[in-house]
Amino acid sequence: MSAPALYAKPRMSPAGDAALLVEIGEGIDETVNRTVHRLVVALGRRSLAGVLDLIPAYRSLLVCYDPLRLPLDALQDTVARLVETLADIELPSPRTVDIPTCYGGECGPDLALVAEHNGLSADEVVAIHAGTPCTVFMMGFSPGFVYLGGMSPRIATPRLKTPRTSIPAGSVGIAGEQTGIYPVQSPGGWQVIGRTPVTLFDPGRTPPTLVEPGDIIRFVVIDAGRYEELSGVGSQR
Amino acid sequence: MGTFEVLDAGGLTTVQDLGRYGFQRYGVPVSGAMDAFALRVANLLVGNGEGDAGLEMTLAGPQLLCLANTVVAVTGGDLQPRLDDGAAPMWEAFPVAAGSVLSFRGRRTGARGYLGVAGGLDVPVVLGSRSTYLRSRFGGIEGRALRPGDLLPAGQASGPVDVRRLPHGFLPTYIGSHTVRAVLGPQASAFTKRGVQTLLGSAYTIAAESDRMGYRLEGPAIERCAPADIISDGTPAGAVQVPGSGVPIILLADRGTAGGYTKIAAVISADLPRLAQSGPGDRVFFQAVTVEEAHAALRREAAFFEELRHAPTINGVGSN
Repeated sequence: MSAPALYAKPRMSPAGDAALLVEIGEGIDETVNRTVHRLVVALGRRSLAGVLDLIPAYRSLLVCYDPLRLPLDALQDTVARLVETLADIELPSPRTVDIPTCYGGECGPDLALVAEHNGLSADEVVAIHAGTPCTVFMMGFSPGFVYLGGMSPRIATPRLKTPRTSIPAGSVGIAGEQTGIYPVQSPGGWQVIGRTPVTLFDPGRTPPTLVEPGDIIRFVVIDAGRYEELSGVGSQR
Repeated sequence: MGTFEVLDAGGLTTVQDLGRYGFQRYGVPVSGAMDAFALRVANLLVGNGEGDAGLEMTLAGPQLLCLANTVVAVTGGDLQPRLDDGAAPMWEAFPVAAGSVLSFRGRRTGARGYLGVAGGLDVPVVLGSRSTYLRSRFGGIEGRALRPGDLLPAGQASGPVDVRRLPHGFLPTYIGSHTVRAVLGPQASAFTKRGVQTLLGSAYTIAAESDRMGYRLEGPAIERCAPADIISDGTPAGAVQVPGSGVPIILLADRGTAGGYTKIAAVISADLPRLAQSGPGDRVFFQAVTVEEAHAALRREAAFFEELRHAPTINGVGSN
């Protein structure tokens, strides 16, 4: 991976008539992702009238705008100029957010399967998962759902052949080489290895999520007793 | 203390405004009225701000008992509104007295009706909006569809209201029209020329598995020249996503904020109301337009609203 992942100039293309896709670089790459988040900061500071929303992703930013207030070429010019200034933008030091996780048993019905698939013991899977901090690259799919990078490939496991119709909120799962947490109950095909009692998404809070893109997540092992204690503290959805 | 009590919830009836912006980076969808045009008109007719919360009524309308004199307007698809024993008008504000019942006979044209109530529906604001997001159960009335027994609070329960009237001769021609204009991209290059022609030259049918999140389509697969999976990026309103099967999905109000499938096009803002008035079994035809043409359509729509906002008001409708 010697070729630089950042594009010399961002690629911009319309996504419909009310959004502009700004592509910063190639692949799932921390430098590219941090540049996306710098652009979010820069646009936030610029406070351009007619920008309605920003959707940062792994390697791109979707800028949602109101064409009646902001002409597309004015938006593109502003983005192009801001990209030149990004090197000067300091992102806050990544916060580390501990996610207490009860692994296995009722909380992690697929732990044994993940262990077997990778030729490891359940304890080894837990040690590897909890021992590898992961970066939040973006959020999406559903409110508070984090896309994490950096899970060890030693515990990678394919998705379930038949997705479950219902996975409890707080479930910690593995799908292929990715790991993630279901903030609310939903159907899903991830291998569920544990569960966290903390509330990841609360629409009554601003910001509504416990973690933000750029944060580092550390899964911290807790037992069933501690899980019960912590469950009482926040509301579980 | 509410302005209406729900006697029957109808099909899927939810409180919606013009959507929730500013939180898509946390995975929070925009939601809001599927037919924003109809909601905006309903609000303006009853003297509200365009973005006030109203009801979105899907396929079958609710039955509502009026508890306090007010003024309402019904717009969007024709679900055959009735006031007590008589037909109620559409696209026009009318008074409703305490004790009257507003109901709907059934779908005649379109798919979604909208009810604007004087003062706007006064439900709590969640993350900047009163729109309901059903999947995560927040916004609107407790994050869910209306149920019998629910009370709908409105900002102004009684007293005279200044209403507006539509420009003379206005007809909502978008309802029943099935051609939607779309801007190609941003991953149009993942498809062959023939694939793009398939999208633009075929009739697609809206499948039964369609809802506020999006419409699954049935029809010819679109030929590609690059893989269907992409690194997840943001999803615009009206995105025409093409997964591995090659059959497109149109993503709408409750769409996930990011997705990992190629997008061949996105339906233009001015034509989203048209889609909102279609349902399972209806056909969709795609027509490619430029961004400039799409913006011109928005400007024409804006001119209509400018005219409506400045229409002379009829004062004191619905006084005791």
